[in-house]
Amino acid sequence: MYTLKFDENVCRTCPTGDCLVKCQYLHLDKETAVAEMVKIGQGADSFVLNDCVTCYACEEYCRRGNHPFYLITERRQEKGILTAPRAITRQWINIGEPQGKYRLGEVKERVLSFGFMPEFLGWIKGRLFEDVMPSYIFGQEFFCNVVYIHFADTAVIKERLPQVVDNFRKLGVKEVIFLHDECYGAFTQLAPAFGIDVPFQSIHYYEYLYHRLQELKDLIRPLNIRVAYQRPCSSRLSSDQHHFFADIMDLIGVDLVAREYQDENALCCGGILSMNYGYDLAHDVQKRNIDDMTAHGAQFCVFNCPACQSTLGPLVAKQGIKPIHMIHLCRKAIGEM
Amino acid sequence: MTDITQALAGIVGEAYVSNHPEEAYFYARDPGLMPPHAPDYVVVPKVVEEIQEIVSLANREKIPVVPMGAGLALTGLVIPLKGGIVIDMKRMTRILKVNETGRHAIVEGGTSQGLLKSYLEKHHPRLRHSIPDSPATATIAANVMIHGQGRLTQQYGFNSDMITGLEVVLASGQVSRIGSCALSPDWFSKGAPLPDLTGLFLGWFGATGIITKIGVKLYPKKKLRDVEIFLTDRADLVPDMIYELTHTEMVEDINVFAQPKPMIFKDNHHITLFFTGDTDEELEFKRKTIWHSLDRFIRNKDGGFMGVPPVMKPTLLDMPQRSVSRFADVTKGGGFEYSGPIIMVDKYPACAQKILELAEKYDLGYSGMARIIGRSHAMMYGFAFTFNRADPDMMERTRKALHEVSVFALEAGGIFWKATVDEQRMAMEKMDPVTLGLMKMIKEQMDPNGIMNPGNWEVTEV
Ligand SMILES: Cc1cc2nc3c(=O)[nH]c(=O)nc-3n(C[C@H](O)[C@H](O)[C@H](O)COP(=O)(O)OP(=O)(O)OC[C@H]3O[C@@H](n4cnc5c(N)ncnc54)[C@H](O)[C@@H]3O)c2cc1C
Ligand code: SF4
Ligand code: SF4
Repeated sequence: MYTLKFDENVCRTCPTGDCLVKCQYLHLDKETAVAEMVKIGQGADSFVLNDCVTCYACEEYCRRGNHPFYLITERRQEKGILTAPRAITRQWINIGEPQGKYRLGEVKERVLSFGFMPEFLGWIKGRLFEDVMPSYIFGQEFFCNVVYIHFADTAVIKERLPQVVDNFRKLGVKEVIFLHDECYGAFTQLAPAFGIDVPFQSIHYYEYLYHRLQELKDLIRPLNIRVAYQRPCSSRLSSDQHHFFADIMDLIGVDLVAREYQDENALCCGGILSMNYGYDLAHDVQKRNIDDMTAHGAQFCVFNCPACQSTLGPLVAKQGIKPIHMIHLCRKAIGEM
Repeated sequence: MTDITQALAGIVGEAYVSNHPEEAYFYARDPGLMPPHAPDYVVVPKVVEEIQEIVSLANREKIPVVPMGAGLALTGLVIPLKGGIVIDMKRMTRILKVNETGRHAIVEGGTSQGLLKSYLEKHHPRLRHSIPDSPATATIAANVMIHGQGRLTQQYGFNSDMITGLEVVLASGQVSRIGSCALSPDWFSKGAPLPDLTGLFLGWFGATGIITKIGVKLYPKKKLRDVEIFLTDRADLVPDMIYELTHTEMVEDINVFAQPKPMIFKDNHHITLFFTGDTDEELEFKRKTIWHSLDRFIRNKDGGFMGVPPVMKPTLLDMPQRSVSRFADVTKGGGFEYSGPIIMVDKYPACAQKILELAEKYDLGYSGMARIIGRSHAMMYGFAFTFNRADPDMMERTRKALHEVSVFALEAGGIFWKATVDEQRMAMEKMDPVTLGLMKMIKEQMDPNGIMNPGNWEVTEV
């Protein structure tokens, strides 16, 4: 059985309690933060188990090698503390169930993973991807299943993720470029945290894009636009890759507005919040987020995750800010769109 | 040509009458489960005078007449059970008048839902009617004849509650005007303040008269429209949820469905809510109010709003919603029938349980779907099964399942909607005998020769 690596002794000596002190939804002081994490580590009850809204951010805030959010998730499941309405969880678990309907391109040792995001089937084309395409995979069989941490369910991840790893293994792939950073986080951060072996090298598509754009430098025409970045929850599992966003913006001549809710302070798109907790929390977060974009003069809102884009895209558009996915922005920079 | 065919040709023209087997084949059946029975003649009249003449002839010769819209009621109501003349209304499709400020339209008896919808979109974009989810060829007159329900039924009741008058050809061949149009040039009321005579026709399946014109109420069409879906795994809480939602008085239409396929729908009950507004603010205010009305269920984790993916929205917002027709063919072979009793909303859990039981027992693909009627006053709960018409065993299993639905519905206090002849018989057996006597009296007075869609609502004994 896969068990989470978490050492509450590391928390005991934690000088910052950053995981919960930086949390944008709980607002705790250092002493309380550390005390609650220790309690949770010991399996005791904590209000955090009820109040955490599953934004994933503490996975990034903790710099001491612990996994506070996974721990919260594990404990919630043990204690039967639900985050989402049961029906919502059920629906998502059903959607991710392998159906034998996956799609494979001409798979080579180096492959693009679309995970279970159908948008990528239409989006991935042009010169940015010509050196890998049509080597791609798509479908539930290659879906990382990490989303279930939003629903306090690590059991389903522990059951399915090793099978997904096995599906990759059977294809004989050596290097997988993940177009959804939740998948990248799954294989580079979550799997090791639970002791699941991954037999291939994972590449985040930001890193891939950065290098590819350098190769295509001659094609780049600076876009000269002001953008806000909608950082997704999933990028908290790959925070070492986050710098690539700003690096790419530099490369393509985009001005990333210095707004409040970016980098570590990024706010959720509201999709999961509305499903799990109803109208008020989601709309408050969305409003603060979009007002912040507007106040800083963003012309575009750049999305990393297609799901965030489908939730927040129409709302930013109503405020006159154009929603655009990172891939489309990069294609625009090389004159393809 | 027989004398009758010749006589009919003399009325409608040769091109619009047939006694050929290939035409009779089609007019002998509907897409449902009833065994076919061929008509002797099919006519397709163009004007009311032709219908008068056809019915007069039929009455004289004691030949059955069966009015037919698009034949989509599915329960055998247009199958000429005793042969005779099928009167296909499809050529009587004129939209005679739309009164914008009085918000009503007057259309001919064969006008389809789709035709009125597109006419309004083009000429009266601020008006709409209560469109059902049947294919767009379904006719307005037939839909109210069977007390259908549409997009505005949660707000305004059965589609037949939304009419403003009728013109009807009686079994004698005479034309009668029902409602304000009986004495006024204006079609604004189906009855009040006069005695409401529409009850002599509506719900009778053409067994008392043929509608040649109908006035339908039109309603404000807001500029924006959106949809949300609330999920729950607790069928027993659905009635409470509906109660809260209808209390907001902000929802256009409420449909609940539960079906095992595709996977996204497995295991849950889906309350689909449509709402409208003229501005973003109005729409958002309604959305907020609707969401808040279900807060306690969200807090208790008994339900939540799913994120409706943008790709799904156009399908959901479509009118009619084509997904219903698509379900009709999931097993391939084009068989689809549903029994849709009108029943109290508090029976939702029992209905949901029953359809599961039957699908399992008879090994059938199913979809349970409810449309709320009024402010939670009742619902139509559709027990829908799909079957392959080329598979007689599957058809037989579906027949048995639907029969069990009928027995269940009646026991649960429901009333059959667009009842099959068997269900009509079951209903009449259970009905208050004095009421049944009244029905008999009406039918005998209105159709003494029993020529109007015979086999339907035939009171044999009281
Ligand atoms: C996929 C699908 C979805 C459906 N969804 C809905 C829905 O959402 N709401 C709903 O209400 N129904 C629904 N239905 C049922 C049905 O199709 C509709 O009620 C439709 O309006 C029936 O119209 P029709 O013209 O096909 O009627 P028909 O089947 O032709 O006729 C129905 C009855 O009316 C009589 N009749 C027809 N024309 C006249 C006339 N001019 N005068 C007197 N009697 C007449 C017929 O003799 C028959 O008894 C659905 C059906 C299908 C196949
Ligand atoms: S989880 Fe990390 S940040 Fe939080 S208290 Fe423990 S060590 Fe400190
Ligand atoms: S996941 Fe987000 S909301 Fe939950 S404790 Fe961590 S930072 Fe706070």
